[in-house]
Amino acid sequence: MPSALSIRQLTKTYRNGFEALKGIDLDVEPGDFFALLGPNGAGKSTTISIVASLVNKTGGSVSIFGHDLDRDIHAAKRCLGLVPQEFNFNVFEPVEEILVNQAGYYGIPRREAWKRAEKYLVELGLWDKRKGMARMLSGGMKRRLMIARALVHEPRLLILDEPTAGVDIEIRRSMWSFLRELNREGCTIILTTHYLEEAESLCRHIGIIDQGRIIENTTMKGLLSKLTSETFILDLSEPLMHLPDLPHHRLRWVDELTLEADVDRDTSLNQLFLDLQSKGIQVRSMRNKSNRLEELFMHMVNGSRNP
Amino acid sequence: MNAHAQWIAFKTIVLKEILRFSRIWIQTILPPMITTSLYFIIFGGLIGGRIGEMEGIRYMDFIVPGLIMMAVITNAYSNVVSSFYSSKFQRHLEEMLVSPVPNYLIILGFVGGGVARGLAVGAGVTLVSMFFSPLTIHDPLVAVTVVLLTAVLFSLAGLINGVFARSFDDISIVPTFVLTPLTYLGGVFYSISLLPGFWQDVSLLNPILYMINAFRYGFIGLSDMGLALSYGIILGFVAALFLTALYLLDRGVGIRN
Repeated sequence: MPSALSIRQLTKTYRNGFEALKGIDLDVEPGDFFALLGPNGAGKSTTISIVASLVNKTGGSVSIFGHDLDRDIHAAKRCLGLVPQEFNFNVFEPVEEILVNQAGYYGIPRREAWKRAEKYLVELGLWDKRKGMARMLSGGMKRRLMIARALVHEPRLLILDEPTAGVDIEIRRSMWSFLRELNREGCTIILTTHYLEEAESLCRHIGIIDQGRIIENTTMKGLLSKLTSETFILDLSEPLMHLPDLPHHRLRWVDELTLEADVDRDTSLNQLFLDLQSKGIQVRSMRNKSNRLEELFMHMVNGSRNP
Repeated sequence: MNAHAQWIAFKTIVLKEILRFSRIWIQTILPPMITTSLYFIIFGGLIGGRIGEMEGIRYMDFIVPGLIMMAVITNAYSNVVSSFYSSKFQRHLEEMLVSPVPNYLIILGFVGGGVARGLAVGAGVTLVSMFFSPLTIHDPLVAVTVVLLTAVLFSLAGLINGVFARSFDDISIVPTFVLTPLTYLGGVFYSISLLPGFWQDVSLLNPILYMINAFRYGFIGLSDMGLALSYGIILGFVAALFLTALYLLDRGVGIRN
């Protein structure tokens, strides 16, 4: 089976000379949940816009489920659903009409389009708002409307460009479970996000793009295995006035009730707790200092910029 | 997309466009009818009574086809230019650009919307005109084909304007500084036989003159220009503008980075 998305030597140079993409190669397998990460201005949205035919590429090739964008653009477009970063629907149109019209652009008969509109508006919790103008929706509802619109023609590949930006945690989690279910049903999903815990929670593969180049493309597990150590914050039960002498561990005293511990991958946490216990130190709770993926991400981006 | 799917996509765009201007009929349908009524009252009723006849026809009867055509031209153009530019500005044109709708269908869909508004306003103005002048149609086929083709022509022109527009100022420059003068000088209110020889020759360069005269022929059987030449010019412009619009959309001018 062909890749859900195959990108080869993709380049984009804007008219002002800015080189946004410098030869990107990327493959996303059917059924995957793929995270495309990168700092602002790295080239994520440019890549997505080229795939969605909203930006003309300078060079290279893109194919969606084997349909080349240059040779078979209409078949390629039929396979793709896009949820862009910014709201791009007519705010003066009723919510349900936005979906029905979108289905119409894909040649779906109007009766079927209404059925699908109902299905996705219900699934995304917008059914009560269907008659209202889109401008009356809250930010989270507008995001969900764009997801519903992208799904109305039932694409095999769904690309979401920062779908949860500015969305409260409750809606974000409901979106996560919706996307998980959608992926379980067979829809390939590509997600860009700045919330790295979101990528870690949802995605099986990950690509990191920086300064127009892919600097990492691997499985989420493979990437996380590159972590050499993790930093934990330990909340203590009793105040501690000075740093205990534990030669096998790298500890830092934060305050009398908090320690930081760097734990190497090949060291077990049990050993750390045993050693702390031997000094009479009781740990009430612990947490990662920062998201694991975030640490790796920063490490890789900094590494690619300062080789 | 197969032919059936393309037909559905085309209908979707046209319906969306019709619903768009229908929702705001107080801004889109009513004002041109009021404006044209004032033309009938002032030029036809008050001043026209003193002018007498034009080419042997009562002045009010003479200006009716021109005023209907003026309303059709202005509304077909402004509907497409404002709708296309708004959809660019608000970025909801992307809904179509990401879909498999071919560019020629996008053009035809917007043109369908422009024609619908042009004809809706034209029909309204025709109804209003019946209060001032008895409705007589000399050649229905000519009247219908000319008004239809003219609406298509100016819808296409509006779309090209919308493609190039980068601000709301850009969508009013052409109607204000090109379309309105050409329409007023296109024989709406007078026969070019009244003009001195030089200005008659200059008037012949104005394509709107041919459209208004052909439409007037359809209504009252009177025209300054030959019918075949008028059709040739209208069809030539329609073909040229359609191909230009298609080229621009295929290249992504103004819509794709």
